[in-house]
Amino acid sequence: MKEKFEIVVLAKQVPDTRNVGKDAMTPEGTVNRAALPAIFNPEDLNALEQALRLKDVYPQSTVTVLSMGPHRAADIIRDAMFRGADGGVLLTDRKFAGADTLATSYALSCAVRKLNPDIIVAGRQAIDGDTAQVGSQVAEKLGWPQVTYAEELEVKGEVARVKRRLENGVEVVECKLPLVVTVNGSAADCRPQNAKRIMKYKYALIPTEYDSCGGLSVDLAKKHDYLQIKEWGADAVDPDPSQLGLEGSPTKVKKIENVVFQLKESKCLSCTDDEINALIVELLETHTLG
Amino acid sequence: MENLFVYIENEGGKVADVSLELLTKGRELASELGVKLEAVVIGDGVAGFCDELKKYGADTIWVAEDKSLAPYQTLPHAAILCGLIEREKPQICLMGATPVGRDLGPRVSSAMHSGLTADCTSLVIGPHTDVKSGKEYDKLLYQIRPAFGGNIIATIINPDCRPQMATVREGVMKKEYAAKAGEGKVVQVAWREMVKPEDFVVKIIERHIEERKINIKNAPIIVAGGYGMGSKEGFKLCFELAEVLGGEVGASRAAVDSGFCEHARQVGQTGVTVRPKLYIACGISGQIQHTAGMDGSAMVIAITNDPEAPINKIADYTIIGDVAEVIPRMIKSYKQNSK
Repeated sequence: MKEKFEIVVLAKQVPDTRNVGKDAMTPEGTVNRAALPAIFNPEDLNALEQALRLKDVYPQSTVTVLSMGPHRAADIIRDAMFRGADGGVLLTDRKFAGADTLATSYALSCAVRKLNPDIIVAGRQAIDGDTAQVGSQVAEKLGWPQVTYAEELEVKGEVARVKRRLENGVEVVECKLPLVVTVNGSAADCRPQNAKRIMKYKYALIPTEYDSCGGLSVDLAKKHDYLQIKEWGADAVDPDPSQLGLEGSPTKVKKIENVVFQLKESKCLSCTDDEINALIVELLETHTLG
Repeated sequence: MENLFVYIENEGGKVADVSLELLTKGRELASELGVKLEAVVIGDGVAGFCDELKKYGADTIWVAEDKSLAPYQTLPHAAILCGLIEREKPQICLMGATPVGRDLGPRVSSAMHSGLTADCTSLVIGPHTDVKSGKEYDKLLYQIRPAFGGNIIATIINPDCRPQMATVREGVMKKEYAAKAGEGKVVQVAWREMVKPEDFVVKIIERHIEERKINIKNAPIIVAGGYGMGSKEGFKLCFELAEVLGGEVGASRAAVDSGFCEHARQVGQTGVTVRPKLYIACGISGQIQHTAGMDGSAMVIAITNDPEAPINKIADYTIIGDVAEVIPRMIKSYKQNSK
């Protein structure tokens, strides 16, 4: 029976749109991206945990994190390594810029072909777009089946068993590998970073970072394979250039409007018995209540 | 190119509301474009739907019916929908932003190399000129949705690839019989030519579907709580007020993410869209992601201790104060005056 699996986790570094505070908007009403911290997309962490659990069961397996983004996205690959991933690949190139979900999925699928895994796990969706498209589209590009909304994942032999969380219930499915599984936020939280792993992997770098880090850390990274996060440009994954980036994206953004709330005639009341009473009476009289 | 597809989601012999809502919207768009509105029904025991779909304006109803096609499975349904799209070349293909639609849509859009915009809150036909090439397009589908956590509203278009695909959440569009019923021509799909045996590779081992217990969509009064309710304990005040007023409880994403209440109550772009006659927003700041799901409410009361909160700008009444003080006073006042 197969006891060693090559597992790829698709992960994205995203702006933390969940905690948009007042400073996240400029006085002109535009998004102040600098004020939004870049984080590991939450559901991708759930996906990482499922991958690590699979490795717990089959310790000879390898968990590789694949991310597409700017150089600073190497942070989430390191974060994943601190939590238990074996290594990672950052897909980074200006040629990928402006990609919609389809062009993103195409680029990722090219990288996956090179990694040749048995199974791919990804978060259901990223919080900056909420589209839930990339996992399924990568599956389609590879011609693999997909199982979405996973809460639990087990693999025995060549068959994955997945518990799915549906809107009104649960479903358990089985599917032969290879397979793409997208993991729901309701699945188990990811394990925390491990202190020993932080010591071991803190100098894991992508080659671009060598210039800014310098000295000892670079010497270390160059000496040890496990400290080398792979950095692949478009040419490394042998794509059809017409399917990359803005050019390869069927959808285009026609217009972006910053949300400006329109003032509507609004009455402001204070928290006194009299004012609240008057409001309730008015609502009852107009049959809004009762 | 003379048609618009709506994928008709169905389960247990019933058509999903969102599909009927999309037929209503699709009817409007198809008439504007001068094309046929076509429903694609895949499943088991689906022939009985046809009359209803016709009333919602469907001109053609494509039916693929077999035991093996229910319940929904990604690969066979995707193969049939792709097969039909390749044959019929619709300009537009719409589906619900439900777990099914969000599983199926990306698969189909990838196979057809056509763009897909998720969770649209508005669909409009309009012209477009490409800035670079100067190429002009007459009637494109504007796919409008909040993005970036709801801080911006993006209009997405799909100038060159077909179909133009979009998903829409349940409750966002209105559901209404068409003014004039569609032609309602039923056509059996030769689906066995489209589906390969390996499309059935995913086996369903167990399935427990529960009736949806919480349904706030049609409640006339909604008391919604946000992160400002402070805690799960504090959030209970919303339930108390809702019970007294005979309403349902809703919540913002922040409240749901913080575990104050279940996801089925979430109002907004990633939750349900509601249009009650009264919406009481308690401790909700009013990010567009939330207001997109409730700004059709007939009346909005905001309770907040932040005079600058965005919710105040769409509220008819703003009560400035602590929710823990205001809500009990409202309950007391209602009990006194409603007799």
